[in-house]
Amino acid sequence: MTALAYRDIVHGFDGRPVLDGVSLQVRQGEFVCLLGPSGCGKTTLLRLAAGLEIVQSGSISLDEHVVASKQLHVPPEQRSIGLMFQDYALFPHLTVMENILFGLGQGERSAINKGRAIWARNMLARFGLTKLADHYPGTLSGGEQQRVALLRALAPNPPVLLLDEPFSSLDAARRIEMREETAKLIREAGTSAIMVTHDGEEAMFMADRIKVMNKGRIVQSGKPEDIYLKPKSAFVASLFGHANRFCETVNKGYVQTPLGRFKAGDLSEGATACVFIRPEGVIPFEGDEETGEARNAEVVSSHYLGIASHVHLRGKSLVDGASITFHAQRSGRYLPRIGSRTNYRVDPAHVFVFGKEDGGEQE
Amino acid sequence: MRSAGAAILGFTNRLYRQLDGWTLIALLIALLVAVPLLAVLWLAFSPSGDIWSHLASTVLPHYISTSLLLMLGVGIGVSLIGTGTAWLTTTYQFPGVRVFEWALLLPLAVPAYIIAYIYTDILEYAGPVQGALRDLMGWKSAKDYWFPEIRSLGGAIIMMVLTLYPYVYLLARSSFLEQSTAVLEAGRVLGRGPWRSFVELALPLARPAIVVGVSLALMETLNDFGTVDFFAVQTFTAGIYDVWLNMNNIAGAAQLAIVMMLFVFALIAIERLARKGRRFDSVTGRTGSHRQQLMGWQGLVALGICLVPVLLGFVIPALVLLKHSINFYELSFEAGFLTHAWHSLLISTIVALVSVALGLLLAYGVRLSGTNLMKSASRLASIGYAVPGSVLAVGILIPLTSLDHGLNSLSKDLFGFGTGLLLSGTMFALVYGYTTRFMALSHGSVEAGLARITPNMEGAARSLGATRGQTLRRIHLPLLRGSLLTAALIVFVDSMKELPMTMLLRPFNFETLATHAHQYASDELFEEAALGSLAIVLAGIIPVILLSRAIAGRGKESQS
Amino acid sequence: MKSVLLAIGFGAVALTSLSGIVRAAGEVNLYSYRQPFLIKPMLAQFTKQSGIKVNIVYAKKGMLERIKAEGESTPADAVLTTDVGRLSDMVDAGVLAPVKSTILDAAVPAQYRHPDGLWFAQTTRARILFASKERVKPGEVTSYEDLADPKMKGRICIRSGKHLYNISLLASMIAHKGEAGAEKWLRGLKANLARRPQGNDRAQARAVYEGVCDIGIANTYYMGKMETNEKKPEQKKWAASVNILFPNQGDRGTHVNISGAAVLKFSKNKENAVKLLEYLVSDSAQKIYAEQNFEYPVNASVPISPIVKAWGSFKADNINLALVSKYRAQAAKMVDRVGFDQ
Repeated sequence: MTALAYRDIVHGFDGRPVLDGVSLQVRQGEFVCLLGPSGCGKTTLLRLAAGLEIVQSGSISLDEHVVASKQLHVPPEQRSIGLMFQDYALFPHLTVMENILFGLGQGERSAINKGRAIWARNMLARFGLTKLADHYPGTLSGGEQQRVALLRALAPNPPVLLLDEPFSSLDAARRIEMREETAKLIREAGTSAIMVTHDGEEAMFMADRIKVMNKGRIVQSGKPEDIYLKPKSAFVASLFGHANRFCETVNKGYVQTPLGRFKAGDLSEGATACVFIRPEGVIPFEGDEETGEARNAEVVSSHYLGIASHVHLRGKSLVDGASITFHAQRSGRYLPRIGSRTNYRVDPAHVFVFGKEDGGEQE
Repeated sequence: MRSAGAAILGFTNRLYRQLDGWTLIALLIALLVAVPLLAVLWLAFSPSGDIWSHLASTVLPHYISTSLLLMLGVGIGVSLIGTGTAWLTTTYQFPGVRVFEWALLLPLAVPAYIIAYIYTDILEYAGPVQGALRDLMGWKSAKDYWFPEIRSLGGAIIMMVLTLYPYVYLLARSSFLEQSTAVLEAGRVLGRGPWRSFVELALPLARPAIVVGVSLALMETLNDFGTVDFFAVQTFTAGIYDVWLNMNNIAGAAQLAIVMMLFVFALIAIERLARKGRRFDSVTGRTGSHRQQLMGWQGLVALGICLVPVLLGFVIPALVLLKHSINFYELSFEAGFLTHAWHSLLISTIVALVSVALGLLLAYGVRLSGTNLMKSASRLASIGYAVPGSVLAVGILIPLTSLDHGLNSLSKDLFGFGTGLLLSGTMFALVYGYTTRFMALSHGSVEAGLARITPNMEGAARSLGATRGQTLRRIHLPLLRGSLLTAALIVFVDSMKELPMTMLLRPFNFETLATHAHQYASDELFEEAALGSLAIVLAGIIPVILLSRAIAGRGKESQS
Repeated sequence: MKSVLLAIGFGAVALTSLSGIVRAAGEVNLYSYRQPFLIKPMLAQFTKQSGIKVNIVYAKKGMLERIKAEGESTPADAVLTTDVGRLSDMVDAGVLAPVKSTILDAAVPAQYRHPDGLWFAQTTRARILFASKERVKPGEVTSYEDLADPKMKGRICIRSGKHLYNISLLASMIAHKGEAGAEKWLRGLKANLARRPQGNDRAQARAVYEGVCDIGIANTYYMGKMETNEKKPEQKKWAASVNILFPNQGDRGTHVNISGAAVLKFSKNKENAVKLLEYLVSDSAQKIYAEQNFEYPVNASVPISPIVKAWGSFKADNINLALVSKYRAQAAKMVDRVGFDQ
């Protein structure tokens, strides 16, 4: 069962194209993340589904029924889609409880609505917000507001929930906590969801499937680990943090980079290939023999990040012996003295080779 | 490549979908308000002879320069006083600040031409000021000393500033109240003193509101005739009336009025252009703001700054009016006086409600459709305020009587008897006229209020199942309460003062307080006019206080 | 939403019916350029005598446009004006009805009514000079022309050149002296002004009293109003400081203007309207004009007020007023050309 489907959506504002032929399906109960930089059209996709934008070309269906196309525009209030805004858009003149119950409409006495009101109270209790039920949103902290906005969107029990960068205004610690709570709540409710984010790690954490968007197109979609480990383009690879990047000419099926020689894949002879090596693919180690002089570098700086340590190295290029700097990573605490020398090796699992046309060019 | 046909199909398709109920209503309202202006435009297309070459070679440069100087003076004056007092009363604690919060609005209730009479009386040669000076200094006649001429451009500027600054005060104050204190605190932390925080942060943030206030004041300056005529200042508007009534050339007059409208249009466009790309909406409230206590002489200076406009713009004129009202009571309190007052209150209340309702529907419709066509239509609907009242009144007469004639002949054909004039010359004509004139006030206020509500708010409501009507009722109306009240009360106070349209469009034997006062004032029987004017001023006080309460209430709400 | 529309619709109906059109028999509907408080005593007496109720709309700007726009549906029956110019405009616009009435023809001298009976004057007022008793020697000024003499430099006060009364005076100068002659005169007058044109006619007497200037130009009846003002006794002092001079007694006579009335072409109560016009020139109405407003009644059988009589009799300029009003637009442009008000 497809809960929400976009077909060939083309969209623009004032002649400026925003979406360029997007199709995507969300299955019943599935959690999909739209991952991409700001301005790539993610938010517009959500607004189209919610009915806040009018479809210019293509169509959108909910539960296999078309709700928006060139000829048809079902107004937002008739779509039963939950939408959570980046700025929450809580109604400042209504209390927390009134905000949450807003979507239940006027017939609050009906059995269903009564049930949902009880649900809302339980949810507030679960989040420890019971005593804030009669407060106005202006007095709430960011995390509290985020929870209220989530509960408000979920209260009418929508089959599909859209979340627009829901954690962007929270601090890092609160963000991780809220990710878990939100994911849990949505899965419990059995609601299908699309969440928009520009944070690759967040997408990996939340999503059943990730759709990577760039310049109004979906450039890759798949399970989180596929996106991470098998990026189809430099653009996708770069969404998960800064990488070492080298562009060279393909020679006899290989590319020679300052950090080593890698298979050029199906790139043709003489083409320019760009090689991405994630920092976690360059691993410093103590020891000697096999790498020799060539795989030895000087420590420029090092930072302990908790789970891993990030090291900035300076070594000689394996191409021409020139001095180059690059990023490396090692798990655990690893803080060598600045100026000391270390060996390193390159893990091919974190090396990606792209042709120039695949976005090897710097963004 | 899409074919042209497909493109057109696509366009009509979009148009069809945009023409839903809300858009249609908004379009209809914009049209209704624009019709009188179109009628003026229509008048302008009849032949006007050599009027332009005559004017251009004689008085036009003078009219233009006088009008520009007048606008410049009034613009600077209302900006300084309006913004300054608004900033003082929102940021600082000083003696009397709670009273000034509402008292600063009171001059709004005093018609500018009345204030002009009063100060001419006080300041001219025979008045108490110069009399006392002569006694004191032993001067014998006007030739012995110099005293500033009150009947002058400068005098007109001062009179208009005194009665019009409340527009700026009102809008600037609500903008200051809504500004996030965090922004100002950030400024302080970054090393800006209170003055520079005000100039570099608070002022630019409040700029759209201040601009709206100033442009309302300037439009009223442009359409004013009473004050400039009394002071013998030849503005563009004086020129319009001269061409119309003395040269019997209504086409030429309409052309001048259109030029004036275009000028206002251009001014507004320039301002918008200058602001382009910068949006200042902040939805956070003035959280945790504390008024800063002004000590000693600083408190007294603040008190003085706020006292002067209230004293000059309201207290002195009201006292003079009171004195004359008592002295000339039996002359001016004629049998129908209470009826006149009832007419004024009734029509002002109806107009306030109607124009706020229409202004809300128009602004909301424009917001929903969001097309440039609709935006332009709503701008056009707001420009009527700049047109001299009598000219706009003729613009009302033409379409209304045409409609009446159509109904009349239709009725004759169908039922064998005519209906005569159903609409023109009735209260309906007055309500229509006033609404056209004051749409700028109500629509502007509502539009500004709507702009402060993030579109996500209605997105949230819609996705939660509320229709657009329900969203308006459950989300926008409560959030707009302050703006709507402001709009209603400004329109009410202005309707109480309205004169030229009432004169021309009214039914038989229909007097308002303004026309009652005017019949005496037009004969320079100022004392007999005092009672009517005082009643207008008193009727204006109550809404002004209510308005101020509402604004203060809004401030508190966003603090909670 | 529906309820809002409904309310607006309902309101509209209520408004139109609330002040429905007055068109019952036994009424006459008046469009007046004159302030109601000035004519109410007369109209009340008319109603008492005839049983005909008078309804008024008082307006100055746009009245003619209203009559034209209303066309044949106009509810108005008659108009009252304070100046011949407005009447001429209405004649030109073709909105007036000819009236044949022996009473009117008998009471109103021929030069004070339209040849076809399109309008009739009720009163005349002369445009005279307020001359300072102290500073203007007898015989120093005897004509409008004298006001343009360089010897009067800095001694004259006048209201705006664009005011109806001054436009009318200037139009009569054009009629008599031709455009060039009138313009020369206006420039001379402008050069002699003590201050920028301002205020009303009363204010010119006040200026003379205050020593700002020696001669003010004004309509006669303002003198009467100042002389008898018990509420504002200072105005008596202004009046007492000036003599009234009737210009051009040696030649064409003093410029006079009229207040007049006319019946509208599409009047539904023409009979009543004619009755009103006849009443306005009757002895009792003319007496009110004379004694309360200090105007000169057109009906010769009605004596002028003793106060007005005290100013002396004068010779009026007998030029055709309809002709004079043809020069009004020219006069207004001349005021612009000369920069009279600047």
